[in-house]
Parts: sequence; structure tokens; C-alpha cells
Amino acid sequence: MTTTVADHHHDEVPKGITRWLFTTNHKDIGTLYLWFSFIMFLVGGAMALVIRAELFQPGLQVVDPHFYNQMVTVHALIMIFGAIMPGFVGFANWMIPMMIGAPDMALPRMNNWSFWLLPFATSLLILSLFVPGGGPAAGWTIYPPLSVQGGMGVDLTIFTIHILGMSSILGAINIIATIMNMRAPGMTLMKMPLFIWTWVITAFLLIAAMPVLAGAVTMLLTDRHFGTAFFDPAGGGDPVMFQHIFWFFGHPEEYILILPAFGIISQVIPTFARKPLFGYTSMVFATAGIAFLSFIVWAHHMYTVGMPLSGELFFMYSTMLIAIPTGVKIFNWMATMWRGSMTFETPMLYAIATVALFTVGGLTGLMMAITPADFQYHDTYFIVAHFHYVIFCGSVLGMFAGVYYWLPKWTGHMYDETLGKWHFWLTIIAFNVTFFPQHFLGFAGMPRRIPDYSLQFAEFNVISSIGGFVLGFSQLILLVVVIKAIRGGKKASAEVWENPEGLEWTVPSPAPYHTFATAPEVK
Amino acid sequence: MHTLRETKMIVNRLKHLLGAGSALFSTLVLWAMPASVQAEWALNLPRPVTEIARVQYDLHMLIMYIVTVIGVIVFAVMFYSIVKFRKSKGAQPAKFTHSTKAEVIWTVIPTLILIVMAVPSTKALLLMEDTTESDMVVKVTGYQWGWHYDYMEDDVDFFSKLTTPQSQITGSETKGENYLLEVDNHMVIPVGKKVRILLTARDVIHAWWVPQLGGKKDAIPGFINEMWVRADETGTFRGQCAELCGKDHGYMPIVVDVVEEAEYQAWLASQRNSG
Repeated sequence: MTTTVADHHHDEVPKGITRWLFTTNHKDIGTLYLWFSFIMFLVGGAMALVIRAELFQPGLQVVDPHFYNQMVTVHALIMIFGAIMPGFVGFANWMIPMMIGAPDMALPRMNNWSFWLLPFATSLLILSLFVPGGGPAAGWTIYPPLSVQGGMGVDLTIFTIHILGMSSILGAINIIATIMNMRAPGMTLMKMPLFIWTWVITAFLLIAAMPVLAGAVTMLLTDRHFGTAFFDPAGGGDPVMFQHIFWFFGHPEEYILILPAFGIISQVIPTFARKPLFGYTSMVFATAGIAFLSFIVWAHHMYTVGMPLSGELFFMYSTMLIAIPTGVKIFNWMATMWRGSMTFETPMLYAIATVALFTVGGLTGLMMAITPADFQYHDTYFIVAHFHYVIFCGSVLGMFAGVYYWLPKWTGHMYDETLGKWHFWLTIIAFNVTFFPQHFLGFAGMPRRIPDYSLQFAEFNVISSIGGFVLGFSQLILLVVVIKAIRGGKKASAEVWENPEGLEWTVPSPAPYHTFATAPEVK
Repeated sequence: MHTLRETKMIVNRLKHLLGAGSALFSTLVLWAMPASVQAEWALNLPRPVTEIARVQYDLHMLIMYIVTVIGVIVFAVMFYSIVKFRKSKGAQPAKFTHSTKAEVIWTVIPTLILIVMAVPSTKALLLMEDTTESDMVVKVTGYQWGWHYDYMEDDVDFFSKLTTPQSQITGSETKGENYLLEVDNHMVIPVGKKVRILLTARDVIHAWWVPQLGGKKDAIPGFINEMWVRADETGTFRGQCAELCGKDHGYMPIVVDVVEEAEYQAWLASQRNSG
């Protein structure tokens, strides 16, 4: 790849609050997304700590059951829609133009709007906790009829989902338009970095899945207020239909949460193994394969609703199939590390942990795919353990890998490696202390979403709560690391790492306000 | 809020548990320990007492062994790489970017493993969904927050609600042995009889689940779901609602007494008289 020095002559950065309110610069918007994501991560984390405090011992000590249910619900919604999805859009904004050699995103004004929808949407959600009747308390899956019973908080949640959905769709359109139209000359589709591939596939998933959720919650809204009976059996409706529609969105949503992380670690591992990514083509096809399968497996979330046998068999087989492309990805990362020359800076540690611990979550997912066994696992703590291994260890650790990997490019300074390692080890150890015992709780029969439990579950819950608090407070280290890197530190070179692959490393660190005003040539 | 005794009990159990060391945090622990220990520490699915629960248990163990082996292999290869291929040990990076042979192998082998898993799973599902030739029917209705049992053929029906006192929940009284798992009226079924259970709900979705009797199934308003149970032995088995159903979701347990046929008939008679 040849390099083109970035164009500096109008590199004037606007000042003050208007810079952030009116910005159309992909780097500014990326920064806004990432900070927003981190704040939501802490807010959602605080709610998780309320949950773990209540579960520390059997009995009711901290909150009442209704508020507990609100915490369970809002924690999930905030983490999924407030922390993880915007976090990845932040990465997309910062990195996609720089990785494909484009000067900015294709639709910069829309980009500004899709970010500024977010704070209003999540404010509505948090506000719902303070209205009469409290926030949504039916779980993030907001199944009717329970969600129809809720108060005004449920309506606020529905509007939150509408607005967040709009934001996601706008973001996805922007990402597709950028990647399809603005790649540097010579960057063919099969030369795109894997992060770009995973994001373009994710964007298509978003466009396909988010309107489905919007439809489902709108039907819920009209059921609640306008006398329809989509989900009300008394009016000829069908509560199970909501679950089908919800999970038709919900399963692709899980890949929306994970695929960009796969993209990030596919950038990180080759850099620190000093060896090209193994099986690029199969990675691309495995990602596309996972995306396709995600639309035909939804009912594995609802094996117990009483589906016909043929339905149970179909969803069991299709779900098991996901193991194949997912396995291909894991093996490809392992093969990338194989016979490499590895160093273990914080981004690499996080990338390795993502592969290792996501594998644990993937394997428990395979157990749950088996319908007869899932009749035992369903709605227990085994599920809670599984999806935290997948979503925390897949998405969040993948994001951490990305933050440490690109932070020098964003700030121009190396981060504090010692603090980074502390953050890593505390996070990994505390995570496993928190969630590994929950597998056993699930086996032993502890249902999820209960504020109180019988005595046989006491020991593991103590361990889990202790781990949870360490995990939560460890995240403040990341805040310190980021602030330190913004303020100063060792100057980062353009390449930052040893011979990293990709156009983003051809521009100086910190990346100038405008990059690639002239498109680079990719050979 | 806790009584001292309870706290001590938890601390003691915790010590006991930590004594197992790091091995605890590995599924391998399940291989090494006798079943009785597992039951005491509640590390695994509880001991099954119906054919369905047994089939589920066996399937669960089979799949867990398979995924544990896969996990161990993946972890071993990763650890080997991490130890062996470090720059600090002078490892030189290889140049290869793909290997069709390897990629075919790691696509075909997982496919074969999946087929091995699919066969017994399909058999188990066929067994579970066969509710024909049942000896009796009980209709179970979930409501906020308890259960209603209706022995339709015998004209017996009753409600079943949590009996754990509020004082135990708030901690002003010591928690009893069956804390949160005790109800006023137990469901009673005869041993060895195929009991078809019809499930529905009055308000929101609930799920009826007694782990030792087999899997759960949702109780949905406007729907009748069905499942079946044939208990191999007598005893009292406990479970809980498994689908979030509102404020007191955590407080609607299920208790089933499996009794001999004669005892069951006597119980039916007494229910009819009292009703």
C-alpha cells in the first residue's frame, strides 16, 4: 500500500460546545459515540450492581421486587442499546473512513443527527424509572401480557426503542453508503479490512432487524392504549406472536452486538502475532453465513412456548448449524496466532481473552441449542451465564481490545500499559468469578429474574456478587487510562505498533481532523 | 438484616466451597466428583426421577462432555501458541495465510460432531412430545402469583400458594429449610402413572417447572400447552415459576408429592370431601 500524507491546510478544529453539537466530522462524532457508550456502560453497570447487591444473600435486603425487575430490565436495555451498539457505531465512525481511505462518512449531517437522537432516547428510558408505576419491569424482552400491565414507564420505553431504532437505521445506512461508495481506488471488496466487512454485514442486519422491533413495540403500544388486541387472547390475539416477532429481531440483534467485535479482534490479532490474518476469505464468508443463519434460528429463544414438534426440530438443527461458521472463525484466529511472533500488549490480551471466553459462551450456546436439554436450561442462570460470556466477553472485551489498539491513533499518546494490564487482569478474573458460578446456579435450578432465592443457591450468589462488584469498579481504570492518554504521555508514532496492516496507520498520530482529502492508492 | 446464625452458615459453606480451590471453576470438576457431592453443592442438574428428566440429564451430560473436550482442546492449542510463539523467545513469524486442508478439516469434524449430537436429541424430543396414552390429566393454571390445579376427571381443584412467611423474607426470622419452596396445597400425583399436564394461565405468561420431573413449559393465557410426567419414585419435588410474571415472580413455587396409588386415591377422596 502506498501512503498519502493527509491534507493539513484546512485542519482547523472548531471550538466550544457548538463543535460537538453541530459537528459533521466523523472523528468528532465517533468520539461522541464512544463517550456516550462509556457513560451508558457505567450507568448500566451501576444497575447491575443493584442486582448483585440484592442477590448477595437470600431474602430481600436492598430493593423491593418490583424495582428489582425494573433494574433487570433497564440494565439490559441500557447495555444493549445504550452501551454496546453506540460503542460499535463510535468505532465505525472513527475507523471506517480511515480504514478505507475516505475523507469522511458519506452522509455527515445525518451522522450528526443519528448520534444526537441517542441522549434523548436513553434519557426517556432513565426517566421512566421516576414516573408513577416505575420503569419497564417485564425484562428487556417486554413480553406481553406482562408488559401491557406496566405503567407509563413502558410507553416511555417503547418511544425509547423507536428513537434508538431510528438512530441505528440511520447509522447503518450511513455505514453502508460509505463503504460501498467511498473506498480508496484499488480497495476492492475482498481487500477490505475485516473490521469493514463485519460492519457492512452488521449494518445490513440492523436495517433488516430494527424495523421489526419497531413494529412489535408499536403493536404493543396500540394494544396498551388504542384497543387493539394483537397480543391479547381475550380479543382473539396471540401473546406468542409477540415472541416470534421479537426474536426475529432479537437473534440478528445478538450478531449486531458481536460481529463488529469479531472485526476488531481480526485487526488486532494479526498485528500482535506479526502474521497476516489466517483464512481471510473464509472469515468473510463465515461472517455472512452467521448473518444469514441469524434470521432462521429465532425460536430457539422460546423452545418452551409449546411449538409443534417439527418447529422444535427445525430450530434445533438450524441453531446447531451456527456452530460451524463460528467454529471457522475461532479456528482462523487460532491459526493466525499459530507460528506467529506474539507480544502481549493490552489490546492483544483483550483479543485473546475475547477468543477464549467467547468460545466458552459459544459452547454453552451449543448446549442450549439442544432442545430437550434446553427445557431444563431455559430461563435459568445458565442462560444468564451464557449470554454474559457471549456479550460481555465477545462484544465488550472486543471493544476494549479496540480502544487500547486505536487509542494512540485517536489521542496521539501511548496509553499507560501498566494500568491497561491492571484493567485487563482485574476485568478477566472478576468476570469469571462473577459469571462462571452462574452456570452451576442454572444447572441447580435457579430461575433468572428473581430477587430472592432458596438457600441452596446461597454460596454461588455470594461469590458472584463479590466478583460483580470488583468487575464494576475495575472499569473505572479504563476511564483513568483514557483520560491520561488524552492529556499526555509518550508520543505515538504514525504506525504505533510494529508494522500494522491498514491505511489508518499511514496517517499521523493523533489522526488530523481531516484525513485522506486526497484518496490514497491501494495496490 | 440477617441473623447471625444464617450469616455464619453462609460463611461456613463458603469456606467449605473455597476449600475446593480453583478446580471449582472448571466443568472438569463434574467429572472428578461423585454424584452425591454434586447434589450437596448443587453443581449439576438435580437427580432425575422421570424418564424425560433422565433423558434430558443424559443428553445434558453427553453434550457437556463433548463441549468440555472441545473447550479443552481449543484452550490447549491457544496456551501452547501463547507459550511457544512469543517474540520474546525469538519466534519468527511464518508467512502462511490459509490452508485448504486445515479449513476443510475444521469444517467437516464439527459437522460430524453436530450429527452425533442431533441423533439422540431428536429421539429425546420425540419422546417428550408424545403425550398420548396418558393415565390421567391435571390442568395447571398460572396466575399472579400462584398456581391452580384442576383434576378434571375427578372433580378436584384447588389453589396453591407460597407459605414462607414474610418475616423470613425480610430476615426478621430465620429462614426455614424449604425457604421459598413451600406451598399450602401440594400437587399430588400417583407414582408410575403417565400424567398429562395441561398448562394455561389467567393473566400473564408463567412457566411450570419442577427440575427433577423434567423440563419446563410455558403457561400462556389463551393457550393450552401440554407436557407429561411419569414419576419413577415417590417423594416430594420442588420447583418454581420460570417465566418472569411480575412483582412476585420469585414467590410462586411448585411442590409435587408423588405417592403410591392407594395413597393417591385416599388423597383424592379427602379432597372431594373437603371441597
